[in-house]
Amino acid sequence: MERIPILKMGPYLLVTIQVDMHDRVAMTLQDELTERIVSERAKGVLLDISTVDVVDSFIGRMISNIASMSRVLDAETVVVGMRPAVAITLVELGLALPSVKTALNVDAGMTLLKSARKMANNGRPSR
Amino acid sequence: MGQNTQFAEEIRNRQDAILKDWIAYQQSSLTLRRDLVKESDLREASRQFLDLFSEAFASSADSASPAWKPVKDNLAEISKARAVQGFSPSETATFVFSLKQPLFNLAQQRAGQDGKQLAQILWDLTVLLDRLGLHTTEVYQESRESVIHRQQQEMMELSTPVVQLWEEVVALPLIGTLDSERTQVVMENLLQRVVDTGARIAIIDITGVPTVDTLVAQHLMKTVAATRLMGADCIISGIRPQIAQTIVHLGVNLNDIVTKATLADAFQVALQRMGAMISKAAPTA
Repeated sequence: MERIPILKMGPYLLVTIQVDMHDRVAMTLQDELTERIVSERAKGVLLDISTVDVVDSFIGRMISNIASMSRVLDAETVVVGMRPAVAITLVELGLALPSVKTALNVDAGMTLLKSARKMANNGRPSR
Repeated sequence: MGQNTQFAEEIRNRQDAILKDWIAYQQSSLTLRRDLVKESDLREASRQFLDLFSEAFASSADSASPAWKPVKDNLAEISKARAVQGFSPSETATFVFSLKQPLFNLAQQRAGQDGKQLAQILWDLTVLLDRLGLHTTEVYQESRESVIHRQQQEMMELSTPVVQLWEEVVALPLIGTLDSERTQVVMENLLQRVVDTGARIAIIDITGVPTVDTLVAQHLMKTVAATRLMGADCIISGIRPQIAQTIVHLGVNLNDIVTKATLADAFQVALQRMGAMISKAAPTA
């Protein structure tokens, strides 16, 4: 069964989805990602979906759920590299994902995570 | 039927004479566009048509019968070509109608003093040529419509340019009414350009949109949401006072979207977010 690798980059986790997002794959990802956020004490998650060209409402909701779950675990999620067709599909499905942060590419996403963390740490000593 | 066959035979025998007459009539008519059609082309087209006409007429005088298919196809080709060249419908139909005169002349010669026979032939010819004329006009209309349809599509593609204002700032000046189909094109164009340029801010300027109703507002909000999903921020600018009133009266909620009155204001906000600024140069004197 296909699995999606979760890479650690400093205090952040990088998830690059390079396989077809079947429902089962998505569920496994959700499980593993939450486990890893806790075990690595990750402060942010970068979800790279630049190679995903087909989404349905289930995957859309999964992305939204992953973002909400990570936030509960004190990790900000940034979805990066969404394709135009995917964005249009999600909007037409009524899943505008208002609670999810987005960025154009991994670079911009990383900058966003860092600045968000700096703001959160404002006035507190950093670890 | 026998009469028709004889008459068709007659047409074929005198084809050259008829052709000469016919072309003379076409040329003398006011509706011939000498600037659009060469005489040699006209002669060739007329000869070809007359060939097919006499052949079909020999087998049947009813234009609905399959024998007339080659004639109709030939006519369709001619009227399509003329529609594209810019002939008017009557100019196109004259091609067929001007054949009446030479054929009537022929019928008159043939029938001589027999009024009853003459009337019969003339009636057959009139019905036939009228139907062919109508067919011409129909095909002409169809090809005009296809031209219009193509132009509409081209206009749609042309009317949604995405311009780059600054590094990572693009603008989309919308002009004209926004319907669902056009919104789709606009959205795709904008998102593609966001990917191509790596833009972080997209400004949608609706100065040129004449009216904003709930549907248009919904389209705008969809575009903004899709752009945000791609990781770029959207600013809507160029909202005229009238449109601001309409939006509020309709109860459309644009609270989640940054809106500015003019493109200049929106550009300023964009620059601020990029950490850039434009200022007047110090006076040199």
